[in-house]
Amino acid sequence: MKFILNAIYQIQELALLTWRVVRGLFRPPLYGREILMQMDVLGVGSLTIILLTGFFTGGVLALNSANTLQKFGVQSVTGELVATSLIRELGPVLTCLMLAGRVGSGIAAELGSMLVSEQIDAMRALGTDPIKKLVTPRIIALVTMAPTLTVICDLVGTMGGMLVSTTMLHQPSSTYLASAKRAVDYNEIIGGLIKPTVFGFIIAIIGCYSGLSTRGGTVGVGRSTTRSVVVSSILIIAVDFLLSKMIISVLLES
Amino acid sequence: MSGNHYAIEFQGVSLAFDGNVILNRVSFGVRYGEAKIVMGGSGTGKSTLLRLTLGLIKPDEGRILIDGEDITDYSEEKMMEVRGKVGMVFQEGALFDSLSVYDNVAYRLRETRVAESEIGSIVMRMLRFVDLEDAAGKMPNELSGGMRRRVGIARALVGNPKIILYDEPTAGLDPITARTICELVLKLRDLEEVSSIFVTHRLQDIDVLSREYVMRDDRGDIVFMHEDETLCLLNTQFIMLREGNVIFNGTDEELRASGDPYIRKFLA
Ligand SMILES: Nc1ncnc2c1ncn2[C@@H]1O[C@H](COP(=O)(O)OP(=O)(O)O)[C@@H](O)[C@H]1O
Ligand SMILES: [Mg+2]
Repeated sequence: MKFILNAIYQIQELALLTWRVVRGLFRPPLYGREILMQMDVLGVGSLTIILLTGFFTGGVLALNSANTLQKFGVQSVTGELVATSLIRELGPVLTCLMLAGRVGSGIAAELGSMLVSEQIDAMRALGTDPIKKLVTPRIIALVTMAPTLTVICDLVGTMGGMLVSTTMLHQPSSTYLASAKRAVDYNEIIGGLIKPTVFGFIIAIIGCYSGLSTRGGTVGVGRSTTRSVVVSSILIIAVDFLLSKMIISVLLES
Repeated sequence: MSGNHYAIEFQGVSLAFDGNVILNRVSFGVRYGEAKIVMGGSGTGKSTLLRLTLGLIKPDEGRILIDGEDITDYSEEKMMEVRGKVGMVFQEGALFDSLSVYDNVAYRLRETRVAESEIGSIVMRMLRFVDLEDAAGKMPNELSGGMRRRVGIARALVGNPKIILYDEPTAGLDPITARTICELVLKLRDLEEVSSIFVTHRLQDIDVLSREYVMRDDRGDIVFMHEDETLCLLNTQFIMLREGNVIFNGTDEELRASGDPYIRKFLA
């Protein structure tokens, strides 16, 4: 009972935070410099891990699927299989899980330490709304950068798949690319971009909420950080299921 | 506002956190130009009192007035305007650690979109006041505890607020640095007529603030004077908090003469 009440309370607080962010979007000031800075720190700063994640995921997809496809004599569709898996599922989910680990935890830790060292109060005392100055820029940054990084992850993954197909499985690269191109369909891409946009929002809002609801000093900051990663990862995977269902029935099944 | 003598007034303010009563019907007033020294053991709600004054948290009961204005039910937006009149020096400085000393002090000016050309001279004047001109380019983590507090004071003074709240600005500092901070407080009290709440545990602070004062001599230089038998400083008053209640409210002479065993122990 207590658990349920607590869960309802947390959801209510999250909704309130979201509402305050949305309402703030239509009232000046909008901190443009902060938004750009967060895009750089959260987005550009994550490029390396996303490149590595994409490359190896594409490679291992090609490796695993080629084996099975060979049994049916359709090894030539490796490219399509790799690209489809990446665009639909693995690109968005892996990119955003990596972001939840790297960036969501960072947001929670940063805002949490600002809270316990009274910097958030100092900000309010000096006439700044911390929601607008800290939360909104992070949300805007992640909602735009998560899809961007996902596209990069998809591209690099497809390249990784090609490298494996040509060097280790001895497929001509033209076969692979021609097959991969067949996966690139307008609706697939739209579907593949909706997911990371939603996930980016989840990572940012959960990170900010965890940080700003920190209790109990420095130890509390550690707890908030862990909580933000756990909650946003689980939400990403759960929401991915729901979104996949919706995207398949609305965009792809016709 | 006619008839109002108080820069800050608490009327029967109560607050509880998770069922623990922190403040129990606390009432007091800080007159214009007065320094109210708030004492009490740790956890008695001194910081909470200051946070209430700034409207960072709201009381469960009672009214809080700033400069004659009842702020108890103000929204965060309306509160932002009131906070322009109030400077707050946080317990550990609460400096923004991603910003340099200069940018910390300039923070409020940038938020209110003051022209960058004017910011420089204001910031340097504030840093000169706390004797930290040389530290302008440093980051907060390069500063000592005393320097952090002084930057906190400089940041709070931007915009010349007529009300300043100090949360244990001398705690954990060596006697010389603590004295420097008290002297800043004296200058603001006596030369700028700032009204303030000053939270402290330190007896040395109590002595300095209740017995010394600052004047300008004939040449306009600042001189520190000592209270003597013929003169009694009325612009410094004391409050002692204990278990959520105000157990003392008066002058330092009354405080020192008090027979209350808790106060005697506190002053021992
Ligand atoms: N946000 C909060 N939530 C719950 N309890 C709090 C909160 N802020 C302060 N308290 C409690 O209120 C009491 C008074 O705190 P505080 O005003 O910081 O004391 P002081 O500054 O006198 O040392 C403490 O027991 C503290 O644990
Ligand atoms: Mg305190």
